[in-house]
Amino acid sequence: MTWVNDVVQGLLLGGLYALFATGLSLMFGVMRLVNLAHGDLSIVAAFVALAIVDTVPVNPLWTVLVVVPLMFGVGYLLQRGMLNYTLRGGDPLPPVLVTFGLSIIIQNLLLEVFSADSQGLDAGRIEDASIRISDRLAVGWFPLLTLVVGIAVLAGLQLVISRTRLGRAFRATSDDQETARLMGIDNRAVYAVATGIALATVAIAGIVLGIRTTFTPSVGPTRLIFAFEAVVIGGLGSIWGTLAGGLVLGVAQTLGAQISPGWGVLAGHLVFLAVLAFRPTGLLGRTVPA
Amino acid sequence: MSATPTSAEVAAPGGRRVQRATLASRVWLILGLVAVAVLAAGPLWALDSVLRTLIGFFTLLALATMWNLLAGYAGLVSIGQQAYVGLGAYGLLYFADTLGLNLFLSVLVAGLVGALVAIPTAALAFRLRGGYFAIGTWVIAEVYRLVVSNVSQLGGGSGLTLRAASEYDRTARLFATYELALAVGVGAVVVAYVLLRRRLGLALTAIRDAEASAQSLGVHVFRTKFLVYLVAAFGCSLAGAVIYLNLLRVQPEAAFSINWTAFMIFIVVIGGVGTIEGPIIGTIVFFVLQETLSGYGAWYLVLLGAVAVLVTLLARRGLWGLVADRTGWSLFPVQRRLQDLHPSEGR
Repeated sequence: MTWVNDVVQGLLLGGLYALFATGLSLMFGVMRLVNLAHGDLSIVAAFVALAIVDTVPVNPLWTVLVVVPLMFGVGYLLQRGMLNYTLRGGDPLPPVLVTFGLSIIIQNLLLEVFSADSQGLDAGRIEDASIRISDRLAVGWFPLLTLVVGIAVLAGLQLVISRTRLGRAFRATSDDQETARLMGIDNRAVYAVATGIALATVAIAGIVLGIRTTFTPSVGPTRLIFAFEAVVIGGLGSIWGTLAGGLVLGVAQTLGAQISPGWGVLAGHLVFLAVLAFRPTGLLGRTVPA
Repeated sequence: MSATPTSAEVAAPGGRRVQRATLASRVWLILGLVAVAVLAAGPLWALDSVLRTLIGFFTLLALATMWNLLAGYAGLVSIGQQAYVGLGAYGLLYFADTLGLNLFLSVLVAGLVGALVAIPTAALAFRLRGGYFAIGTWVIAEVYRLVVSNVSQLGGGSGLTLRAASEYDRTARLFATYELALAVGVGAVVVAYVLLRRRLGLALTAIRDAEASAQSLGVHVFRTKFLVYLVAAFGCSLAGAVIYLNLLRVQPEAAFSINWTAFMIFIVVIGGVGTIEGPIIGTIVFFVLQETLSGYGAWYLVLLGAVAVLVTLLARRGLWGLVADRTGWSLFPVQRRLQDLHPSEGR
């Protein structure tokens, strides 16, 4: 029966991956921009939370109130001041080069400022508390909270995209940027808000990661890769697909790790490659990867 | 597209001719040949430490040239080329140590291993485009790293030392490795130049300018990109094998490190993406920066990243782009210029 426990833990882990994947999926959906510094920005959020907790004695969960708006601002300015310039001309090279450069810059700046030591955020009792369902099955409160937050963020984003003026602007620029501009939409501002929202979700993900496990300046790329796998497994352009992709990835990694500790991450990669080979539109995707 | 002019100058209709080589390019060609000859005689005049630095230089030049071929010409922005550096290193280790093949022949076989692995890799990665292709190639490189780390015959996570190398005299091995590195570095540039002057270069230019139109005119888009990917995989694996023939100690974290690709990207971007000269200039700049800033630790990479970002944003064609704009030089003329046979005045 241990596999039931593994699947449940995998689903809970998947909640975290979905949380990481949301922002990547949003930015790609709105402006076809793949932010290679995505994972590193989540680690920035975790380090900012750490700096706050070191200065003011509060529970790291409260840092969300500061870090999320801060990262929204960072995202907005990053898009307006830099990334928008890479999107001119439709050449796929500049966005990749600039965000890859950013990723290297961020990792090494964090290394200089915070050293290579492993850090962690201590959220107190909630980290260890769990609900015992049977002898072999226990659900931790914090992983459960992560999954709930992940679903809530995705649901909130779905609402914004389908029901609000902003969401309509997102969909319009995504479908046809030229026509959207003719209709009076300032696509640069729309992109900036989208990146702001993406980095706000990344901030939540980074803080949750910091509470769940330890982190160093160099773990960002791994986060990017898991987020990317969740997006592709779930299907590009599908919000709920991103959740499904995160859950599948989480379960694959947990079950893989049961076979042999070294195979956990690899099992996740293999599921990703299998989806790419046999179902390139992803589990819930409607469009071909583009 | 049926017949591609290969001679330097071909008559075109209307009293014009297609010009390829220029006076400047011929002068530079001669200077380049002299430079290669001087470098080939390196063991006669250089200290061992200089030779080792140059091995690093030539192999990085090969890696950067291959990445430039991918990203600058075929639009394949891979950030997974470290896969082939690692496969080259482990291919060398496996064929030379485990199978007992000749050490230097193993380098070539390691290159072929990389090209072979590139076939299924491309089949999967080509399903993704643009930025997602970039991360996809990275994931596949991670898969190869994790698989190698889990094979105990290859030393697992802690790696192995190339034992076959100890059968050779130290100096003889250094000289041989040096000549091999020079051949790989110069060979990469020559292969890129020759490929781009031929049909493939025209096909790539057409695809870059308008993929759909190129396809409708009979350019095999998939086949063209696939070929470039295989060439780049072969080149990077060969370079990887030579790098580890010099370093001897192979470890999965280092051999499959994303840093290899980061260096390729920085070199090509700074030197000038989409030009053959770019990676050469970029590798020189990279080495000068590395030697001067090596004491600054992580700040060096921060600076390198910042320069790459700024160049991409402000001077997209890199250092060589700036030089070429001012002088009109082209050391490796792959373009075809239409020229009047009765020019009124010079250029």
